[in-house]
Amino acid sequence: MSRLKTLFKHKNSNILNIYITAGFPALNDTILIVQELEKAGADIVEIGMPFSDPLADGPTIQNSSQKAIENGITLSKIFEQVTEIRKIVQIPLILMGYFNQVLKFGVVQFFSKAREVGIDGLIIPDLPVDVYKNEYASLVDEIDLDLIFMITPQTSNERIRMIDKLSNGFLYLVSSHSTTGAQQVLQPSQIEHFKRVKTMNLANPTLIGFGISNHDTFTTACQYANGAIIGSAFINAIANASDLTATIHQFVLSITR
Amino acid sequence: MKKYKHMHYQINDKGYYGEFGGAYIPEMLHANIEELRTRYLSIIAQEDFQEEYKDLLSNYVGRPTPLSYARRLSAKYKSKIYLKREDLTHTGAHKINNTVGQILIAKRMGKTRIIAETGAGQHGVAAATVCALMGMKCIVYMGEVDIKRQSPNVTRMKMLGAEVRVVKSGSRTLKDATNEAIRDWINHPVDTYYIIGSVVGPHPYPDMVARFQSVISDEIQKQLKKTEGREFPDKIIACVGGGSNAAGAFYHFLDNKEVELIAVEGEGLGISSGKTAATIRTGEEGVFQGSKTLLMQDQDGQIVEPYSISAGLDYPGVGPFHAHLFKSGRGTYLVATDKEALAAAFELTKLEGIIPALESAHALAALKKIVLLPDDIVVVNLSGRGDKDLEIYSKNGNYE
Repeated sequence: MSRLKTLFKHKNSNILNIYITAGFPALNDTILIVQELEKAGADIVEIGMPFSDPLADGPTIQNSSQKAIENGITLSKIFEQVTEIRKIVQIPLILMGYFNQVLKFGVVQFFSKAREVGIDGLIIPDLPVDVYKNEYASLVDEIDLDLIFMITPQTSNERIRMIDKLSNGFLYLVSSHSTTGAQQVLQPSQIEHFKRVKTMNLANPTLIGFGISNHDTFTTACQYANGAIIGSAFINAIANASDLTATIHQFVLSITR
Repeated sequence: MKKYKHMHYQINDKGYYGEFGGAYIPEMLHANIEELRTRYLSIIAQEDFQEEYKDLLSNYVGRPTPLSYARRLSAKYKSKIYLKREDLTHTGAHKINNTVGQILIAKRMGKTRIIAETGAGQHGVAAATVCALMGMKCIVYMGEVDIKRQSPNVTRMKMLGAEVRVVKSGSRTLKDATNEAIRDWINHPVDTYYIIGSVVGPHPYPDMVARFQSVISDEIQKQLKKTEGREFPDKIIACVGGGSNAAGAFYHFLDNKEVELIAVEGEGLGISSGKTAATIRTGEEGVFQGSKTLLMQDQDGQIVEPYSISAGLDYPGVGPFHAHLFKSGRGTYLVATDKEALAAAFELTKLEGIIPALESAHALAALKKIVLLPDDIVVVNLSGRGDKDLEIYSKNGNYE
């Protein structure tokens, strides 16, 4: 059973998934950050592969990505770091990145390499579920990786069912019409969207992401889904941290308290 | 050769030109793109759409644009050279052919807020113009670098009532302006229509923009029939950034193998210098801003920042239409450096009394790079006028 499936089997609420940008704030911080996140109580870590033109991301992750690229992060460096991380960390690890880098690496080679270093799932926002199914799924069927797709307030019920059927691991429930970014409160229209999806009783667990930033938004999200994903707020917290370890523990505690 | 014979150059029903194109978009844009994809062809086919579009093209844009026989240029290059005068359209470039079409689509889809990206500012001006005409709100994203080098167009957009948003991310040029426009669309999916300025982006944009620009080659056919007694040239030359003026100039000649399709990319300071925007020459297959195409990228799949003196050609990708014409061998893709383009601009100005846009000057520079026969009928698509480039021309002027 995959690490993600095992996780959701033993814990189906209040799942905390933290997004980090590989190679940020410093090139080799990735290893320490994932290790400390596990210790602090994060259930899943989503490792962002920094891309020069991250279309679905707001300013925070655009900036962390740019900084990481300047720091010298590359795909091969990320795979090296994950190899090291896997020696000491047990929780599920997901890679998130844009399709051009996957294509350049070679789709089959990328999937194989990710699996080999101990990655459990992939999120590729600009690889639509239909394109994946029609053009790439058959090439990577054999490789045991969970493909995680997004659903948004605009995704129809019919399409949500289709995406649910093609997904593994969990569904990424995007909270609003937006790019990534921290938000202080969730609006009533967002809650309506969460309720709609919750009542559909989907086969996959759901995690809510985009705009989840603090204890309140996390707790609200967890009422309607199995958990939530925090990205920009965490990146902001560690961007200028003088003591990375302490900052990570404080941040996680501030969410789960 | 059998493969060549059966090659199709138009988009297929899945949204691809050969292996290029498609719609590689985040789920956040799925509903918008799907709405556009399922409706654009039927809207364009509507009688009232066609009536309004054609009326605006003739009575507002000023079409058909002339096909001018360039007497002195022809004498110099010892061939029959015509100029397709897109520089004479309202707003001064071919970009308006597309924005007139797309604003009519936006209206019929009930959208109220228009966004656009711009490099040289010509598309931004063309978008702001049709928004003023239709009384619609317009926001134009433009890179900080381009704002500096094309300032007259910034003033024009503002005067037309558009809000110009300065883009400070990445290389602060066209690709980054496009990223920001796409992010804006993700954030405003319900009321907003995104008018893309070139044959780039996810399907159906490349096909839709090519169709609106195809009026260029449609007119060339009719005009050559009158002046030369035949509907096609031997060679047609156009510059390529994203590739919309070239797509429009080639469109009706795609299946006529007697017509040599010649595209010219901005070589910048030279391919070996690394300071270039020659995407087809230096790029590799990738996925960028919604479509699979040829891209300037590094070993790790990061997009390489392009360079060209011409803001309209300064783009690391190219429309999938062109990636396919190149890959299939149907199109000839050349490059011209900043210097060559400048020389061509000064030459045209002196010989024909026409100041071309820097972009179009790259197409003119190709006249020195191809074999021209005395009987050849050659059409150069003069995609825009040079008013916006006067500062650069003035700096580089060779007036001794």
